[in-house]
Amino acid sequence: MSGVVDLIGAVALIGLIKVVVVFVALLLTAALVTYMERKVIADMQARVGPNRWGPFGLLQAIADGIKLFFKEDFRPAAADRWTYAIAPAAAMVPSFLAIAVVPLGDHVTVGDRRVDFVIADINIGILYFLAMGSLGVYGVVLAGWASGSKYPLLGGVRSTAQLISYEIALGLSLVPIAMVAGSLSLSDIVAAQAGTVGNVTFFDGIPVLEQLQDIFSIVPNWYIWSQWPAFAIFFVAGIAETNRAPFDLPEAETELIAGYHTEYSGIRFAMFYLGEYIHVVVLSAVAVSLFFGGWHGPGLGILPWLWPLLWFLAKTLVVVYLIIWLRATLPRLRYDRLMWLGWKRLIPAALLWIVVTATVNTEGVSRNIRLAVFVVLAGLILAWVGRGDPRLAFAVNPQSGDDRGSA
Amino acid sequence: MNLEYFVFGVMFVMALGASLAMLFARNAVHAALFLVVTQVALALGFLLQGAFFVAAVQIILYAGAIMVLFLFVIMLLGVDTREALIDPLPGQRPLAIGLGGLLAAEILWVAVRGVELAAGGEDQATALTELNQNPGNVKALAAELFSRYLLPFEATSVLLVVAIVGVMVLARRIGRVPNTGTGAESASGSDKEGAAA
Repeated sequence: MSGVVDLIGAVALIGLIKVVVVFVALLLTAALVTYMERKVIADMQARVGPNRWGPFGLLQAIADGIKLFFKEDFRPAAADRWTYAIAPAAAMVPSFLAIAVVPLGDHVTVGDRRVDFVIADINIGILYFLAMGSLGVYGVVLAGWASGSKYPLLGGVRSTAQLISYEIALGLSLVPIAMVAGSLSLSDIVAAQAGTVGNVTFFDGIPVLEQLQDIFSIVPNWYIWSQWPAFAIFFVAGIAETNRAPFDLPEAETELIAGYHTEYSGIRFAMFYLGEYIHVVVLSAVAVSLFFGGWHGPGLGILPWLWPLLWFLAKTLVVVYLIIWLRATLPRLRYDRLMWLGWKRLIPAALLWIVVTATVNTEGVSRNIRLAVFVVLAGLILAWVGRGDPRLAFAVNPQSGDDRGSA
Repeated sequence: MNLEYFVFGVMFVMALGASLAMLFARNAVHAALFLVVTQVALALGFLLQGAFFVAAVQIILYAGAIMVLFLFVIMLLGVDTREALIDPLPGQRPLAIGLGGLLAAEILWVAVRGVELAAGGEDQATALTELNQNPGNVKALAAELFSRYLLPFEATSVLLVVAIVGVMVLARRIGRVPNTGTGAESASGSDKEGAAA
């Protein structure tokens, strides 16, 4: 052991251990989430779901993994050999890497050394997450192109346009958070959300509400309260980035068979599949860190380092559940509606929200005025985003100026 | 320290190898992919220098956005099998060789000067390290960009907007035909944006 420490240094060794532990934990969580998704959707559709392997079918994910591993690894004759082989890895690896900046818990002290539960606390955490998201596009694009077949190509082309469009909204939705926290590091952002909202004097003088506002002294100080429009944009754009329903046009089975992974089988298909679920888990983890206080939460005296980890896992799984719930509820968007939502609603709304946050956060504005302005303007922006089009997924908006959807 | 040299070596081989491979790749998509690898390797180089923000921007913009657009165009136009062998602009090859030589000379000059600077300016490197500790890479960069270099920064952004508007004007179809079902309409959102502008 000491030989290894001498060779690469204690810091590097701790880093290596963290990487291995987080890698395994993420794989297990993703496997758990595949099972969770099947069970939850089965329940929502009044079915039983997987129940054969292990108690409650818990080992289903392992059975699937073994099955996929031993299936034939097929490659079409027209495929581009190397690109076809690289694409699944290119889809999976960026999702894995993105977890590196997410603080999973507080810290422990081993000997005289402080070990944080984060692989890399770099001061560009948010940008790193966005960078990994933008690299994730390649897996889909290359798979679509390299398969040498028309449905995957269509899926790949669709995916490129979709991901580039929603990347902008995703990035812009994180700017207000960086402005409020004054940092791009996820650890700093989580630290800024410690404690409770505290004393609110907004309703002073109003009989009933005055007593009710005391409740804020136990409400955690999360960014979701003041930044919920940013969360809404982040969440929608994030789901679009994961290629999941209702934004799963790149793999729309009714029109494109399975889109970019039509030609893939066996272990390579498993990598796409796993990559998608890892992406979902990481997206939820980042959402929790940015908007829901990260690992902060009440704990007991025993094992003080364990509770933050559990809180973080619990919050992340709740967000994952939301994403699954959306898949079970919403139908797929039509292509022009997708572009309309991304370019004409989400991006302008995100830009507007940046201006609002910048204005309200100026020095010298009292906290209550900020609160009031936030609530009113956020409501206005939301009303405008959904304006005149409650049936977003189906309707053709006569004012939007695009006539091609009607043909 | 050893680790740093190791990472530098990997980055060096990656950047140079991928650039050469890009030049000699026969397939347009492969060439674009090698360019992506080069961009990622350069981002790694920025990381080694302690320029975290530039590294992230390098990946988000160049590797993540611009190269994806390259691929998008290559895939849409289907130019991946044959390459245009006729020069559309006569005389651009000798011009390119001349300009390339000029660029190489410039890089060489900066490299030599850089060695001179480093010989007498050991404190410059430590200054950067201190800046990265406090107030941090991003804040230091932002302070410079929005105070000392505000005018060039804004001028660049205006230039980019002008370029975008110019492209939209050039690409706009005069007397817009309502949905004739041509294939070009199917994919990108940009022509819709052009129509809306």
